[in-house]
Parts: sequence; C-alpha cells; structure tokens
Amino acid sequence: MENNLYTYCLRLADTSLILSYRLAEYSSHGPFLEEDLAITNVGLDLIGQAESLYKYAAEIKGGGLTADDIAYKRDEIDYKNLHLVEYPNEDFAYITVRQFFMDVYNYYIYSDLKNSSDKTIAAIAAKSLKEVTYHLRRSSEWMSRLGDGTEESHNKVQTAVNELWMYTDELFDMDNTDQELIANGVAIDLNEIEKRWSQKVNDVLVQATLKKPEHVKHSLVYGKNGGHTEFMGYILNEMQYLPNKFPDATW
Amino acid sequence: MSTDNQGPIWEVFVQSKAGKPYKHAGAVHAFDKEMAIENARDLYTRRNEGSGLWVVKAEDIVSVQAEDAESFFDPSDDKIYRHPTFYTMPEGSKNI
Repeated sequence: MENNLYTYCLRLADTSLILSYRLAEYSSHGPFLEEDLAITNVGLDLIGQAESLYKYAAEIKGGGLTADDIAYKRDEIDYKNLHLVEYPNEDFAYITVRQFFMDVYNYYIYSDLKNSSDKTIAAIAAKSLKEVTYHLRRSSEWMSRLGDGTEESHNKVQTAVNELWMYTDELFDMDNTDQELIANGVAIDLNEIEKRWSQKVNDVLVQATLKKPEHVKHSLVYGKNGGHTEFMGYILNEMQYLPNKFPDATW
Repeated sequence: MSTDNQGPIWEVFVQSKAGKPYKHAGAVHAFDKEMAIENARDLYTRRNEGSGLWVVKAEDIVSVQAEDAESFFDPSDDKIYRHPTFYTMPEGSKNI
C-alpha cells in the first residue's frame, strides 16, 4: 500500500514537473508579453503542485529523503510522467494543444481526487483544482481562438491535435497500482475520467471547428512504468545539470 | 518575441477589497474580452492584490484632450472658496 501510494504520487508529480519544465523552457519566447507571463504562471502553478506531491512522497518513503532528492536525483527509468508532457515546444499550437489535453485531464482527476480517502492527496487536489480550473478556461479559449481563427492558425492547431493525439491513450491506462489504490478509495478510476475527458475535448474541438483524430495505441511501455520518449533524456540532462554538478547546493 | 500586432490596449482596474473603489492598476494587450480579463489577472492580481477586476478597452474610455485642459480645469483655479477651507474644524473631528 505504501509503495503504491509513493508511486501514485510520483506519477502525478512527475507529469506536473515535466510539463512545468516545458513551459519554463518557453519563457521569453511567447508570442507577446502578456501571453508569455500567463504561460509561465501556469508552469509555476504546476511546479507548486508537483512540490506538494514530492513532499508527501518523501514523507511516505522516510529515511531523510527530501522533495528535491526525488525531483532531481533519479534516473530516467524512475520518472513516471506521461509521454505527452515530454513533447517539445514545437510551436504555439503544440504548446496550446498539449496544455489543453492536460488541463482537461487534470481538471477531472483533481475534481475526483479531492474526495480521496487519503487526506493529504485530497487536500492537494482541492488546492490544485482551483488553479487547474483557470488553466482549462485559458487553454479552451485558445483552442477556439486558433481553431476558429485564420486559415493558418486553424491548420497549425489541427496539425498539433493530429500529432499529439496518439499520446492521449496513455492518460487512461491503469495497472495494479491504480487498482489497489482504487479499492482503498485513494485513487480514481481512469475509465470514468476518460468518458468525461472525451466529452469535454470533443465539445471544445467542435467549437473550435477542429477534427478529432482516430484512436491509436502508441506505445508498449508507458511513462507511468518508467518508459519514455526520446525527448526525456535531453530534459533530464538539462534539468539535473545543477544538482549533478553541485550536489550540495541549496535554494 | 514579435513586435508586430499584439492586440489593442485594455485598461485594468483592481478592487483591493469588496466595497472599496476600483483603482487603475495599468494596462494589458489582448485580442478579446476573455483574453483581456485573464491577462489582467495574470499581471495584476496574482499576488493577492485584488478581489475584483475590471478591464475596459482603452479606446472606449472618453477622456479630456490635452488641448481642452485649459477650458476644463483652469476656471476653478481662482475659486478657492469652493473648498471648505474657511470653516473651522469642529472639535474632535478629523475630516469634514
């Protein structure tokens, strides 16, 4: 049970950390100042969510482990994030679509997790839900703006939807860790989330005059089990540079 | 970062607490109302500055033109009796 809970925290936290890393990477590259700041703000919310979960994970594990140790001092195979968040910042359309898919997902998982039987998870979820509600509002509007905008913006966002779609099947993949925690009322049933996610994504795509691609299963080893896309090595190499070079550095 | 079209300017007004007046905080660029209120939120109220927020398109604000300033404001210059400065303050009161 404890090990499952630790893994569950890492899956949520790593996904937020890597997405936040991608958004931070985009800082100062936004289309205009206000949007640049808005995207970075979303990234900051996400790293805050990750930090709360890492702290809890460190507490579960014990032995003097800190949130920073977990966040920055693991090997690639020990990271449990979704593949979708590893996808590079190809252009603003990709960033928007990746964010939109994740915002819908986070919105529904935190909506359910705030009723988790684990009090800490429930508290983190309740706090995160407020932030995520705002993220979702922003990214949904951008989907419509781009999809129902000019021919160029429509084509760019449709391309991003098509390219990123295959990564979304992983969002609802469940294993024994999920099942055992669901039985205890800690975790949530991702099949249920999938229904709501599909409905919401569908609604927004229709409103944005975008087409929903066909379902594809893209990988045999998912991020939640430590398998990663070719992008992950580069991310960790840069992210872990400082703790590797100066292991005793403090904030 | 591109320097071409960033959208029109919107003026931002923040209310610090319920019941307090809205104060001008600054301006943002945005292409529509939703973007304007969200950009305003992200720029001006992220650190607990507000409980209320208004944005208004700068071009919709009617203002006195610089060349009209004389005729609008100067006539009050020599009419100091319009201020209540000639009254003695009642004992104990701080404002009248």
